[in-house]
Amino acid sequence: MASERRLRVKTLVMVLVMVVCANAGDLLLKRGMSQIGAVQLTVSGFWHAFLLTVTNGTIWGGIFFLTGFMVSYMTVLSWADYSYVMPAGAFGYALLTLMAVVFLHETVSARRWIGVVLICVGVLLVGQTKPRTTAVASEAAA
Amino acid sequence: MRVILALALLILGSTGGEIAITHGMKATGEPARLRPRALLQFLGRAFRNGWFWTGVPLMALSFYSLLVLLSWEPISFVIPASALSYVVGTLGARYILGEEVSAARWAGVVLVCAGVALVAAG
Repeated sequence: MASERRLRVKTLVMVLVMVVCANAGDLLLKRGMSQIGAVQLTVSGFWHAFLLTVTNGTIWGGIFFLTGFMVSYMTVLSWADYSYVMPAGAFGYALLTLMAVVFLHETVSARRWIGVVLICVGVLLVGQTKPRTTAVASEAAA
Repeated sequence: MRVILALALLILGSTGGEIAITHGMKATGEPARLRPRALLQFLGRAFRNGWFWTGVPLMALSFYSLLVLLSWEPISFVIPASALSYVVGTLGARYILGEEVSAARWAGVVLVCAGVALVAAG
């Protein structure tokens, strides 16, 4: 069915956007916070860290991507099953490991590689199933 | 005991919050199209849904439990243990949201859960 296929493609694209935004957001936040350095656990320390974070472009980049993650997550859940989107989103862990190897030349333990393989097989299995099994409010509501 | 309690709050908070948000988003309905204007209208409708605002504090509770748990236990225990939320979330999707979870989907969820635990354990 054409509409079934369209739903599947739309869902996969949105899950991919979700995963990329979540990873990019986390990465930028981590990079931004390490530019700022360890936060002192005092009132003035927090205030100082707060001022540094709100004026840091990398942090704002992270916030931008994490907002994109939240919007794409909400959007995909408006039409697809939670039990489809949630495991499919775990693909991000596998992607992060691959990126760490390719770009950061990190060495990865055998245990972690086995985990990556299990995630990929699991996501493929879930991906085979129907993205939506419940009724959704009409699009005409817009 | 307190570790189990915090872990239960972490898992039930995140899955409960996501289930509430899913329910709210299903009631909101799909955006008419994936353009900025239609997406803003869609978000406006979602933010007026009570279920969305039920989900947000539950997820905040989960995040707070995560911070507390990380102050007691090493991250190599906390994150793999929290991978249980894939199974708990699927049970919630099946019995609360009424989604059909086929054998293939269950198999996939269990593999993802084990995989995330292994990757997070490093």
